[in-house]
Amino acid sequence: MSVAQTNTRVALGLELLRSMIRIRSFEEAARSVHAKGEIPGVLHLSIGQEAMPAGVCANLRLTDTIASTHRGHGHCIAKGAGPAAMMAELFGRLDGTCRGKGGSMHIADFAVGMLGANGVVGGGIGIAVGAAQAARLLGDGRVSACFFGDGAVNRGPFLEGLNWARIYDLPVLFVCEDNGFAAFTRPTETTGGPGAPARARSIGIPTFEVDGNDAMAVHDAAAEALEQCRRGKGPAFLYALTYRIDGHTIADRTPYRSAEEVQLRRADDPIERLRATLAEQGVEAAALMRIAVEAEHEMQAAIAFARASPIPGVHEALSDVQDAGAPS
Amino acid sequence: MNEMTLIAATQAGLAEEMRRDTRVWCLGEDLARGGVFGQYAGFLEEFGPKRVVSTPISEAMIMSAGLGAALAGTRPVVEMRIADFTLCAMDELVNQVAKVRYMFGGQARAPMVIRMPHGLARFSAAQHSQSLEAWLVHIPGLVVLAPATAADCKGLMKAAIRSDDPVILFEPRSIWASTGEVPGGDDVTPIGVARIARRGDDVTLVSWSMTVPLALAAAESAAREGISVEVVDLRSLWPWDKEAVLASVARTRRAVIAHEAVKIAGFGAEIAATIGEELAGTLVAPVVRVGAPRIPVPYAPLLEDAYRVTSEKILAGLRQVARGRSAAHDDRSSATT
Repeated sequence: MSVAQTNTRVALGLELLRSMIRIRSFEEAARSVHAKGEIPGVLHLSIGQEAMPAGVCANLRLTDTIASTHRGHGHCIAKGAGPAAMMAELFGRLDGTCRGKGGSMHIADFAVGMLGANGVVGGGIGIAVGAAQAARLLGDGRVSACFFGDGAVNRGPFLEGLNWARIYDLPVLFVCEDNGFAAFTRPTETTGGPGAPARARSIGIPTFEVDGNDAMAVHDAAAEALEQCRRGKGPAFLYALTYRIDGHTIADRTPYRSAEEVQLRRADDPIERLRATLAEQGVEAAALMRIAVEAEHEMQAAIAFARASPIPGVHEALSDVQDAGAPS
Repeated sequence: MNEMTLIAATQAGLAEEMRRDTRVWCLGEDLARGGVFGQYAGFLEEFGPKRVVSTPISEAMIMSAGLGAALAGTRPVVEMRIADFTLCAMDELVNQVAKVRYMFGGQARAPMVIRMPHGLARFSAAQHSQSLEAWLVHIPGLVVLAPATAADCKGLMKAAIRSDDPVILFEPRSIWASTGEVPGGDDVTPIGVARIARRGDDVTLVSWSMTVPLALAAAESAAREGISVEVVDLRSLWPWDKEAVLASVARTRRAVIAHEAVKIAGFGAEIAATIGEELAGTLVAPVVRVGAPRIPVPYAPLLEDAYRVTSEKILAGLRQVARGRSAAHDDRSSATT
């Protein structure tokens, strides 16, 4: 690798590291204020899985679209949503991305092409595929990506969406984040046959398998897959094994797994891995530290913003239902 | 004015909107072959395969592709083939389409039309004959339309396409082949406005979709018995024209509601309750609902007749309210099972 190439890889590594640290920092901040009772609803944390949104979204343009899951904070941040408006949404405040009407499970930011987290497993698949179909119809060159977990591959929309994208050759990247658990159950107990990648291949979709805790590898695989989508070759599928460090929800004490297992997997932390790689490549410790400190400041500012944001008036409950036949 | 079949009027409405707005496209099974009932005949040739998309039998995906495409700047017309098959896409319709605008705080709109031919036709039995409008009126976020005439099949199709709301278009399959006058030009039927299909003074008869011709036939028979019936064709079920219904009932002081759907928890219940809330002191007879018994639709013609709302059953309901309070209390007609 030439010096220039090395420098480019280091710059990319720093970008991915920053993206992952911001996601981690946002979720740690959300956890801390949730513990204080400031967030009314449930949170599904993606701690340990940050390499996936960071690596995939680094290849997307602002106008490209994504659809996400109930565990969607990372996808939002990586696609460009602002943490302050996201935090305000978790607080249920008027300055939230959804004016306090959606909460964690429905965070969306259409200004950055983030078409919504989703409270239904697999619910985003068809939306991302449809967005790709619109891009085809409008001829605007956009691609879409949809994130879903290992649990979604046993739902009908998985088959329907993959088949649909293949027959119309739509520019959509399917991203299966296998985090080891479908709610409280391991996917190996609930998924017949050789699993998601084999299912995608059986439909004729080019499929990439990658270490989901290696942000650079995720980035590179997504780059290759999305390049195919952009060149009009139709859909691609990215499958990655990662690990959900937290429970299904913030309240889940995970009695179905051992503390030793979690400890072992913490050693494979995607952020620490990339940080170590960058240090080996000569990035100074202070530069790495600065990323973390900046993220921490950003998230503390997000909390302050959320606290200061107005609580929606009761009349807000009746707005934005529909034009014709709106409640009065 | 042109005399057209209801299905041709529907087709003309869609084609005109597709010519007017290139963001409008349609997707559903067999559309490139003209659609299962021929209602897309010639569309592939005129609009091409990107805008007339024949899909797999993947109802959930048809619905959610429509949604994703609506969120990404197009205006899809989603064909469900028949209303019963929408049940394979209820998560997509109820959890996603109906809610995106609200749960995303107004960032998004889902300007979609979801076409659902519904009701009894050709002895199609339990899974191809249902009238499920009450389910969907119950879901916040949806507009629900149910035209009964050629003019409204066209005019409400156009209104639905121009709406930024997700609009359910229940289509009266069993009377599609009948004809009616369609005004020329850009004839959009307003959403939420009922049509007085027949003027009368003694009883208000509220109906919609394929039951409207039966209501008119019943009104004609009642007139021969000296009962003057005002027939209100609701056309829109959500929003529904409460003012028109209440104004008519305030005058006639008697109301019958007739629909093909199962009577129990049918949309007639909402109308009856509203009349009760608003006009209880005015009524001279309890409101009568005429609907199907709460059974799945049976196949054999004689059994299907037990389910089917007919003009005779509606006439029995009209006679019941026309007899007034005491008679209605004495005789809760078997016609209104």
